[in-house]
Amino acid sequence: MLKFTAIMLDGLNYSAWLFLVAVGLTLIYGVMRILNIAHGAFYAIGAYVCASTLGLYYGAGLPEALAFLAMGLVALIAGVVLGLAVERGVLRFLYGKDEVLMVLVTYALFLILGDAVKLIWGVESYFVYQPYAYFGFVEIGGLPYQVYDLLMVVLAVVLGVALWFWLERSRMGRMTTAVVADREISAAMGINVKRIFATTFAIGTFFAVVGGAVTAPKIAVTPGIGVEVIILAFAVVVIGGLGSIPGAAIGAVFAGYARALSVHLAPEFELFAIYAVMAAVLAVRPHGLFAKVSGRKI
Amino acid sequence: MKKIATLACVSTLALTGAAMAQDSIKIGVPVFLSGAAAGPFGEPEKNAAELMFDALNAGEVPAPYNSMGIGGRMIDATFIDEASDAVVEYRNLVERTGVEAVIGYTSSGNCKSVAPVAEELETFTIFVDCGTPQVFEDVVTEPKFLFRTGPTATPDAVGAARYLRDSGYDLSRVAGINQNYAWGQDNWRDFTGALDALGTESKYVSNQMPQLGAGQYGAEVSALLTSSPNVVYNSFWGGDLEAFVLQAAPRGLFARSAVLMTCGEALFPAVGKNIPEGAIVSARGPFSVFAPENDLSTWFAAAYEERFGEYPTYPAWKMAQAVLGAKAAYAKAGEGATAADAAAAMTGLEFEAPSGIVKMANANGHQAIQGIGFGTVTQVDGKPTVENVKFYEAECVSPPADMRAEDWIASGFEGAVCE
Amino acid sequence: MTQTMMKTDFRREPVYIAVLALLLIAGFFLPSWLRFLLQTALAGGLVALGVAIQMRAGLVNFGQGLYYCLGGYAVGLLSAKLGITDVFVLLASAVVVALLAGALLGLLLARYREIFYAMLSLAVSMILYGVLVKAAALGSTDGFNVPPVTYLGWLPEREIRADVVYTLAAVLVVVSCLVVARYLRSGAGMLCEAVAENEIRLEYLGASPKRIVFFVIVTAAGISGLGGGLLAISTGHVDPLMTNWTTSGGFVFVALLAGRGSTIAPVIGFFLLELVQTYALDIAPNAWQMILGAVMLAAILLLPGGLWSLIDRRGKA
Repeated sequence: MLKFTAIMLDGLNYSAWLFLVAVGLTLIYGVMRILNIAHGAFYAIGAYVCASTLGLYYGAGLPEALAFLAMGLVALIAGVVLGLAVERGVLRFLYGKDEVLMVLVTYALFLILGDAVKLIWGVESYFVYQPYAYFGFVEIGGLPYQVYDLLMVVLAVVLGVALWFWLERSRMGRMTTAVVADREISAAMGINVKRIFATTFAIGTFFAVVGGAVTAPKIAVTPGIGVEVIILAFAVVVIGGLGSIPGAAIGAVFAGYARALSVHLAPEFELFAIYAVMAAVLAVRPHGLFAKVSGRKI
Repeated sequence: MKKIATLACVSTLALTGAAMAQDSIKIGVPVFLSGAAAGPFGEPEKNAAELMFDALNAGEVPAPYNSMGIGGRMIDATFIDEASDAVVEYRNLVERTGVEAVIGYTSSGNCKSVAPVAEELETFTIFVDCGTPQVFEDVVTEPKFLFRTGPTATPDAVGAARYLRDSGYDLSRVAGINQNYAWGQDNWRDFTGALDALGTESKYVSNQMPQLGAGQYGAEVSALLTSSPNVVYNSFWGGDLEAFVLQAAPRGLFARSAVLMTCGEALFPAVGKNIPEGAIVSARGPFSVFAPENDLSTWFAAAYEERFGEYPTYPAWKMAQAVLGAKAAYAKAGEGATAADAAAAMTGLEFEAPSGIVKMANANGHQAIQGIGFGTVTQVDGKPTVENVKFYEAECVSPPADMRAEDWIASGFEGAVCE
Repeated sequence: MTQTMMKTDFRREPVYIAVLALLLIAGFFLPSWLRFLLQTALAGGLVALGVAIQMRAGLVNFGQGLYYCLGGYAVGLLSAKLGITDVFVLLASAVVVALLAGALLGLLLARYREIFYAMLSLAVSMILYGVLVKAAALGSTDGFNVPPVTYLGWLPEREIRADVVYTLAAVLVVVSCLVVARYLRSGAGMLCEAVAENEIRLEYLGASPKRIVFFVIVTAAGISGLGGGLLAISTGHVDPLMTNWTTSGGFVFVALLAGRGSTIAPVIGFFLLELVQTYALDIAPNAWQMILGAVMLAAILLLPGGLWSLIDRRGKA
């Protein structure tokens, strides 16, 4: 029973994290057809920015409870600035290029940003553990669990629903959906596709940065944290179907529970649990669980 | 006339070239400058190397190393990033940059691939930190130019098992959490082997193997909590170790079980005050808080702290020891010694280091053996230090010269000399 | 792959390969560190060539490192664990193992196109990575060392060993280029481009895109396996990083940038990439990845037709 509780909680917690780091990737792919490897670098930058600004925040002796507000604010600013800089500075010159070429462009950006992070923050670890300790822990069925981890699940749900509402209900979101459906006709209908692209990229980047920022208090922020994230986020997105936001949620749940189950029941296989799920899903549904099947070109 | 001028020019060039070569000794230093190992290993190793090179060049290191440079020559160091193709870059160091000796390497994988190349290129090479015993057991069995001045990983696991037993910990239920790659796998195998050899009749209730660099251990900590072990063995390093402590401590794992971290000393500067009291740590040898008190250790710790604002962690001590090993080898080989002379002189050498006497006792005199200390963490004035320290001498935790580490553990530590 | 790239002029291909052969002969006299770099680059260049021929069919393999790794491990296992040291047996085994794996995976992968082909091949290569990391007997992430090889019973002296391996690598790369050029000129090779252009029309014409794709996957696997075997012999070490996605990413980059003007383009391209990397490491040990990334980005932005377009443009002028 204790084990069951643990698996349910751990799976949920890990799924929430996976969703946060993967949803921006799938959004950007869905709208812009860019499989963004630099997503991992955005995640790392989010973690660094959060750790260093909150370090200053606590150093100045400001109230602890408001640190979370500062965290959100910093992530928002960093996400938008970074997203727009990359989109306006590099990507816009390359729209219409082959998808695979864009993967390489973002790979090059990943390398550049990775070293930029190193030049700015050095190689020593950064820590900001105060937020993680702030809420303490609760015992759930005899298992001590950090409240911060549970709040991360809430955050993932709130942000996911907000994104869905934006896409479904807001004018800008509807236009974005139209661009996803058909870029050329949308442009012909007078939708400013360039603006949609810039906005989407900024939002996608914001999600990556938030993912890094909320993870920072749990980890040592060190060089290389973005590399793992990229592959995990890819797996989640491919399981769910590239470009689908509900798909990212389902993919995150699949991958999250696959990992939790293997950690508790067969720890030796933890390393490839997620890849195995990905390969299995793709073998049955070649384009992921939620992908729209597009017609073959004639 | 023009010809003569050219000739004169060439000969002056040749002369200055020769003079330069006499004045300086080029040393290549491969350490991690990027990736996850750059912070915990690369940085302290690079710092320690720079400190030692500068101090040696200025003749500021205490006796017996108070002469200038190495072998009377000024040190000219080239640092390269270990996080690249190790064999290609090693060759480039030797053949393109033209270094005379190489001091470095932290990754066991890199050590294994570089080892035969060092012998092939006949280049005096000292491995600093990599832990796998295979380097001299399998890869290069008759070394001439290759040395390792740091102990292998075997003493970590063996010493840990002895410490736990000798300190009276309840070893009936034991769990492990180790990174899923060669280092973590070897550590867990040696540790459980050592416990079995000591006859503790432990039950291994959980064996967690998270991916290297996973960073998030929520599920693993849950699994450890639910399997209720008395003792948890952990060989994490770097950011993974720091993240583990930050995530496991608030959930009470340290309160419920005795957690032993073989690389735990490296936590002290960064997250020292987050380590719960009672956690068991080592420094993978007689380094840092486990170092003996002597002129060299006092000087090194103070000089490092003064220059870098931080107490040196164990990788820094290991780098300092490797540099001093090279210096001692050149000194023993005498004036005008070549790298080959130094290598010959280093074989079987015993030299002084901040960690005490280093004996190049194993692998035909190419592998150092050193003791290891363990202790529990206690917070004194908000700063972590160790108490309940037990120190095991080299002969107690290292295999004898003619035995493989794995067989030695399986044999129940045949020939081990323990007090 | 919708962008138009120049077509290969097969009449010129023998000339190009002869040029490569001459370059490799000249390479024999390079300083030993540079020649060693060239030698390892030749091994990787074969894998990049494997990626490049799949690109003709519009397929981008982000997991080609899988075959590279299998070839390397085949050589490593046979020589280090079974004591077989004859280089011809070893390299033949590397190719056979890679061909078999290619055939097996080809059955699965031939159904996929575009980004899904890329992602699934990446997933499969990462599964192999996971398995190898788990395999303590094979040294896990550390990998293991490969002993010196013999040539039909002859073990060269240590002094000339490097010369012999280089010669072997050079000959095999030239031969591979010839074989690939021959394949691309054959029916199965020519139809690759038709797969990329329009599969349905191809089906109407009675050809099976699936079979064409299957063949190109298997061919690419074979030469990549050879590359892996050559690397194992050159560096004397294999480890799971050979099948990591970052390794495969390098191959895709080279294949894409080299352009498809000639079979020798990926081979030369891979050497240039290695050269940039080693000099970046030397000049800026703290920021070499940034230099590498910037060079990549510049190459993509400034040479949309690939490096070969420089040569091609000059040829047409």
